[in-house]
Amino acid sequence: MTAIDSSHSATSSSGSIATRSTLLGTIAAYLTASDHKRIGRLLISVSAIFAIATAVEGAILGIERISPSSSIVDADIIVQLFSALRFDLIFSVAAPMMLGLAVAVVPMQVGARALAFARSAMFGFYLWLFGVILVGSSYLNNGGPGGGNAEMVDLFLIGLGLVIAGLLLISTSVATTVLASRRAGMTLIETPIFSWSALVASVSMLLTLPVVAGAIIYVAVDHAYERATFGATEGVNAWIGWAFTTPQIFIVAIPTLGVLAQIVATMTRGKQPLRAGLLIGVGLMSTAVIGAVTQSSHSVNFSGSANDVLKSLIPYLFFNHLPILGVFIVLGLSLLALKNERAKLNAAFVPAFLGVGMVLTGMIGGSVFRITNFKLANTVFEEAVLVYVCYGVVLSGIGAVAYFGPRIWGREIPSGPVLGLGLLGFLATVLASLPYFIAGFADQPASVANNFDYSGPIWLWNSLVGAGHALMALVVLLFFAIAAKSFRSGTVSSATSADLFESVNG
Amino acid sequence: MNTSATALGAGPTVVMRRPALIVSGFLSAVSAMLIGSMLAIWLDFRSNAPLRESTDGGKMLRDWLPENIKIPEVATNTMMMTFVITCVMAQWAVYSSRRNDSKHASLALGVVLLTEIALINAQLAIYSQMGIGVRDGSYMTMFYAVTATMLVIIVVCMGFTLLALFRSIAGRAGDLDLVSAHALYCYAVSAIFAALWFVVYVQK
Repeated sequence: MTAIDSSHSATSSSGSIATRSTLLGTIAAYLTASDHKRIGRLLISVSAIFAIATAVEGAILGIERISPSSSIVDADIIVQLFSALRFDLIFSVAAPMMLGLAVAVVPMQVGARALAFARSAMFGFYLWLFGVILVGSSYLNNGGPGGGNAEMVDLFLIGLGLVIAGLLLISTSVATTVLASRRAGMTLIETPIFSWSALVASVSMLLTLPVVAGAIIYVAVDHAYERATFGATEGVNAWIGWAFTTPQIFIVAIPTLGVLAQIVATMTRGKQPLRAGLLIGVGLMSTAVIGAVTQSSHSVNFSGSANDVLKSLIPYLFFNHLPILGVFIVLGLSLLALKNERAKLNAAFVPAFLGVGMVLTGMIGGSVFRITNFKLANTVFEEAVLVYVCYGVVLSGIGAVAYFGPRIWGREIPSGPVLGLGLLGFLATVLASLPYFIAGFADQPASVANNFDYSGPIWLWNSLVGAGHALMALVVLLFFAIAAKSFRSGTVSSATSADLFESVNG
Repeated sequence: MNTSATALGAGPTVVMRRPALIVSGFLSAVSAMLIGSMLAIWLDFRSNAPLRESTDGGKMLRDWLPENIKIPEVATNTMMMTFVITCVMAQWAVYSSRRNDSKHASLALGVVLLTEIALINAQLAIYSQMGIGVRDGSYMTMFYAVTATMLVIIVVCMGFTLLALFRSIAGRAGDLDLVSAHALYCYAVSAIFAALWFVVYVQK
């Protein structure tokens, strides 16, 4: 007998031990990761998986509304699906996707060796993930706002609290990295535009999410004990519903401006005219914070006296149109830079540009929604606004992964699929949203799947919406698969870290 | 053949601009927004409460604070004054830390810890003296929600103090960034409590 046992059983046994130790090592590495790229990848990947699930939810709801007289899904489940769609679009997809990009890219852009308080960000990721799972479990068991199972409603509130705590931790980490870990000589004004937008978005979340948390604490305590002061189960939506609508949803879309401007900066080799205007434009979008923390909608009615109209018009313009002005400034300056320079088209530009376009359309829709003369309240118009903004964020996320991916993973992603999926994603977003802009004017009720009627092709609008969501699920799935393959075995990237910066003197 | 390795040039210097102080600022902002939003909802409920006649029939009062509830003002005012002492001690810790005086920094942080324990004790005494149940009505539910959240913020501050104290005892007296960050959070928590004290305990 030799010292080395080369029998088959021994080999296979040691092989399985090696595999197990590798697997355990991988799990341990992911549980205790402090590498910003790994934390960012986790956030982006998991939010992309949730994006597919959310789009499927949207498709089911669209199909369910094709024929108001018949139903294919149980009525109780439909109520929960409507609520889950809103939650998922914002807290499972848009916010973590943009924060994930920021976590992965910002330290590289500002020249930091690591993410500030990286373990806190990692803990934030797991808090967020655990919270989303709790919220999902509560929805599956008739919980959520308006749910019939009181214990599951409590679980929903706890889950939402954890989601907010997780996002707050990640936001703190991103904002601190930009403020505290910039390389020597880089002033805040010279910070690359994506990092600037990540800073603005993170600080905006740090200011608004605690306000949601405050309302959740009241509602949770009331729901667990008294169930009278805040309207029990039905009151949950009344008190925290503002967190799932405009202008709060604009905050999660702020980094889309940074993604676009960053790609344009590379395409034009840093020759960006009026760069300070970009910073101001991104900053203006954060004025949505003021509208969000007031926890009320700022509407206008043009049918009263001139004095009354003026009284409501000023806050309406301030709260709804300043963020839109910010988007226009960034879009305008980006296009100006492209016009002045011989820009080399980057495939990532297409989804990033279309994504910002979708966000802008949603924001304009949001301001139209606040004109009470149109009587759009409680119609599907609001759902269209939400889908426009959040799918715009997903499109921008596709552009960002295509652009920043080679710097994160070290391998290229082919341009053709990015371009094609960007255009398909644009089509999916328009299909999933635009018909409800029209149906909203025709008074199709919000969050109702059966027993409604209005003059117009009900089946057409709802079929298109269902198809749009299904197409979006397919687009995200395909992009996920292509990105996973490319970043594992694609051509090695020739991108340099210098591509992450734009010239500040351009 | 030249076999000597060519060393890469040194990377850019990373300047850490007091990250603990920045995080403390964010933590303060988050705490302020949290309690601020809860106080805003509290004020909204109070202003919308129906009117009722006072017990002597002389005037109309908002039917917000139930007549049988007496807020123990000694304990609440003591809490407010304790916060002032907390701030002074936290600043003493910064002063000592700046001079690498480990003993005084540790002593100051120890006193801050004591004052925080006193604050928690005072809050529990308020609950005990008021003798109200969380299920007894709207006021009680909201009272417990807002004051318990404040209590959690004080506990977070206590954790911060413990961290600074342990590092100071371990000999990192010159850890000015952390001690300053701790002091900033102490000031913020004091200001937040002052707002809560005025709205909940003084204006009722």
